[in-house]
Amino acid sequence: MNTQNLSQPVSSPSLSIEDHRKMHVVVVGHVDHGKSTFVGRLLNDTDSLPNGKIEQVRKNCAIEGMEFEYAFLLDALIEEQEQNITIDTTRIFFRTKQRAYAIIDAPGHKEFLKNMVTGAASASAALLLIDAKEGVMDQSRRHAFLLSLLGVKQLVVLVNKMDLVNHDEATYEKIRTEYSAFLKTLGLNAVHFIPIAAKHGENVVERSTKMNWWKGPTVTEALDNFAHEDDLTGLPLRLPVSDIYRFDERRIIAGRVEAGAIRPGDELIFQPGGRRSTVRTFEDWPGPQSREVVGTGGSASVTLSEQIFVERGQVASHPSNQPRVGREFRARIFWLGKEPLQQNKTYRLRLLTQNVEAVIAKIEKITDASTLESKEGTSVPRDSICEVIVRATRNIAYDLHNECPITGRFALEEGGRIHGGGIILDAISKSEAPSGKVTASERGARAGHPPAVVWFTGLSGSGKSTIAEAVERRLFDACRNVIRVDGDDLRVSLNRDLGFSAADRAESVRRASAVAGLFAGTGHITLVTLIAPLAADRAKARAALANHTFIEVFVDAPLAVCESRDVKGLYAKARRGEIAEFTGISSPYEAPEAPEVHIKTDKTSQEEAVDLVLSAIDKVLQGKGDDWEV
Amino acid sequence: MSRNAQNDHLTRLEQTSIHVFREAFANFRSVCMPWSMGKDSNVLIWLARKAFCGKIPFPLLHIDTTYEFPEMYEFREKAKAIHGIDLIVRVNEDAIRRGIGYSTHDPVTVTHELKTVPFKAAIDEFKWDALVTGIRRDEDPTRAKERWFSPRSAEGNWDYKDQPPEFWGQFASTAPEGGHVRVQPLLEWTELDIWEYIRRENIPNPTLYFSRNGKRFRSLGCHPITHPVDSPASNIDEVIEELKLTKTSERAGRAQDHVGRNSMQELRAKGFM
Repeated sequence: MNTQNLSQPVSSPSLSIEDHRKMHVVVVGHVDHGKSTFVGRLLNDTDSLPNGKIEQVRKNCAIEGMEFEYAFLLDALIEEQEQNITIDTTRIFFRTKQRAYAIIDAPGHKEFLKNMVTGAASASAALLLIDAKEGVMDQSRRHAFLLSLLGVKQLVVLVNKMDLVNHDEATYEKIRTEYSAFLKTLGLNAVHFIPIAAKHGENVVERSTKMNWWKGPTVTEALDNFAHEDDLTGLPLRLPVSDIYRFDERRIIAGRVEAGAIRPGDELIFQPGGRRSTVRTFEDWPGPQSREVVGTGGSASVTLSEQIFVERGQVASHPSNQPRVGREFRARIFWLGKEPLQQNKTYRLRLLTQNVEAVIAKIEKITDASTLESKEGTSVPRDSICEVIVRATRNIAYDLHNECPITGRFALEEGGRIHGGGIILDAISKSEAPSGKVTASERGARAGHPPAVVWFTGLSGSGKSTIAEAVERRLFDACRNVIRVDGDDLRVSLNRDLGFSAADRAESVRRASAVAGLFAGTGHITLVTLIAPLAADRAKARAALANHTFIEVFVDAPLAVCESRDVKGLYAKARRGEIAEFTGISSPYEAPEAPEVHIKTDKTSQEEAVDLVLSAIDKVLQGKGDDWEV
Repeated sequence: MSRNAQNDHLTRLEQTSIHVFREAFANFRSVCMPWSMGKDSNVLIWLARKAFCGKIPFPLLHIDTTYEFPEMYEFREKAKAIHGIDLIVRVNEDAIRRGIGYSTHDPVTVTHELKTVPFKAAIDEFKWDALVTGIRRDEDPTRAKERWFSPRSAEGNWDYKDQPPEFWGQFASTAPEGGHVRVQPLLEWTELDIWEYIRRENIPNPTLYFSRNGKRFRSLGCHPITHPVDSPASNIDEVIEELKLTKTSERAGRAQDHVGRNSMQELRAKGFM
């Protein structure tokens, strides 16, 4: 039986819950400058390895005829041992006497810069290793540049492999002087440059006896002096909306407070859009009491006093201290994509929960991350840094990075994958905004949604207008630009000269689609209710409106039901022969073969029908690449 | 501990996990949460209820190997009622008919046949594009490389050599064609965090975790290959005190992890959780 004794005390220090809060530290540096060896040694010397781990790795090394190295402790996957490099961001936990740490062993291999970014972005401090013998290399500089972009401010440089340079102070000094100057140009400042020999554990936890000239701290002493990341609770409130929940009668705005704090009774403004309401309650589960305040990092479940339109992506703030709203800004970007970043190309821009299309309007300069030299160009290769003008297709809420880092940075995505990130340096003033003809996308940007034409077809009395009216009401209440074009209304106005012949019906459909096109052109979601019995006429309408999203809704009610309702008394008249060519009685109705929405009124309630139409509108508009929710 | 305290370690972990749950639900068309009924899984249920204000808005999936401890089946029914769980249960009946079992086959084969195969079949059946898992980075070295949102191919493979970057709270928001995304809200938690949170929130769990006759289970799997550890810890407080001192690994009692040097990696590359 594979049992183990758990109760036997070991020397590892026990921690109280208060100092249990982990600090995330990233370990970076040029390939082969000793990061994995350092981390392995750190784990060993702080007594943080599970029992038997060292023995297991030593045994595996013996089996494969390799000399044991501390780096192997981390290299858990076969491929890594084959290539002798760390592939991906490994997270290892260890404890000093002071507190607990999560250490992120970021890779140094050039190909895996994206993993270094992933690791460093979640760290509150960084250890950067430089090989004393090799000195400052390409990745030493590149990693520092990325740390400055990612906002990691606490940095300690470890001058490693001092054993290979006879523990020589002059060699150490030369590296320190050269590299401090480089860091200064990035606005970074290393708290310490510590000379170490990770392989032998010198100045890692234990003080080296071979470098008596070093009077500063060991690595663990330096780590214990790091402060936790800044608390952003003192900043203005930024609550990006993650979702709106309607699981029961409550309508809950869900989101995480990214900066500042929120309380019931606070007045909120949601940007873009600018609608205001007041926080009524927090709906914390399991209750019975909810929090009195939700601070930075807290997930909030908010109900509002007024039923205003809110959607994912908007940022709630206090009206007295709002984010900027705009669609054009200057940014510094780091690019990790296999394909180069291209000027004039459109990407998806993700900022908090906002997700919009954005074009790289201009690449202003491309900076070599290791030499800091700048050049011009229209395409930016992988692992480079550049300054660009970004123009989103619609307004977004943001801050400048130096005002509020968390709302002043974004990721760029293409094909569902993140390829780069950036920080916002300046807003572009209005005078640089486009001039000339107002475009459809500008109208869409102002409305907050693209237009669409929703065409309700079906027999007289099938319920087209009733459903359309309810859909209109829902969209209107959701602050959408919506209008209804009713066939009966047209018949007494624009179509007053038309009868019921096939030719007149075709003309009626043509006129209705022209009217719908005008409304859609102004950015409206246009609901048309017209029998339009002939498939050919409907196809022409669809073709005429090809510039817009077209949703055909077939309101499919059995003739007998329509006739029994006969709200307008038309069926009775038709049966008496008082109306010629009445659809369903004396004129054919060609049912649509592939409508976007098919409502069988004998099987679907009115409410369900409305939901079906709304979700089709929602889906089609989302498919156009815009966040949109009814 | 004050419920308003935002800065304590457990609350920070909890709030981050809630954010991960919410982003997953907002981003994906169809979410499912596999449920092992173990402690991590039960913490996930609790966090989901917090994220969605009491209601879990997606189904849970139990892959029943038929080798669960009897107490686990009792616990399943109890927890289902407490949390109002919409539960899907799947068994690989075909493998059982073919006589696949621990008395005749090695643990890696049985785990593959009775867990991974029906798991993949359920994904094919329900077309989920996001699966919430209870994976923690501290469990096993291969898991240390995981992301919050981890895309899997249609074959369920994990391309750990070319993972998408993940920073500033921006996750991989689309599943690969025909594949899905693993959503891992417990990534930053440790075993000790899990138990301290269970104690703080009073989350229901199977009593197999507590010592009987000097032994307790630290990790629960199929009964023929899951072994108890020597431990006098008979309640949550004692378990927590024990974990603060231990240096043995959590999954030491899980036989399928120890068959070959890289058995865990092989299992995971084939789609094991």
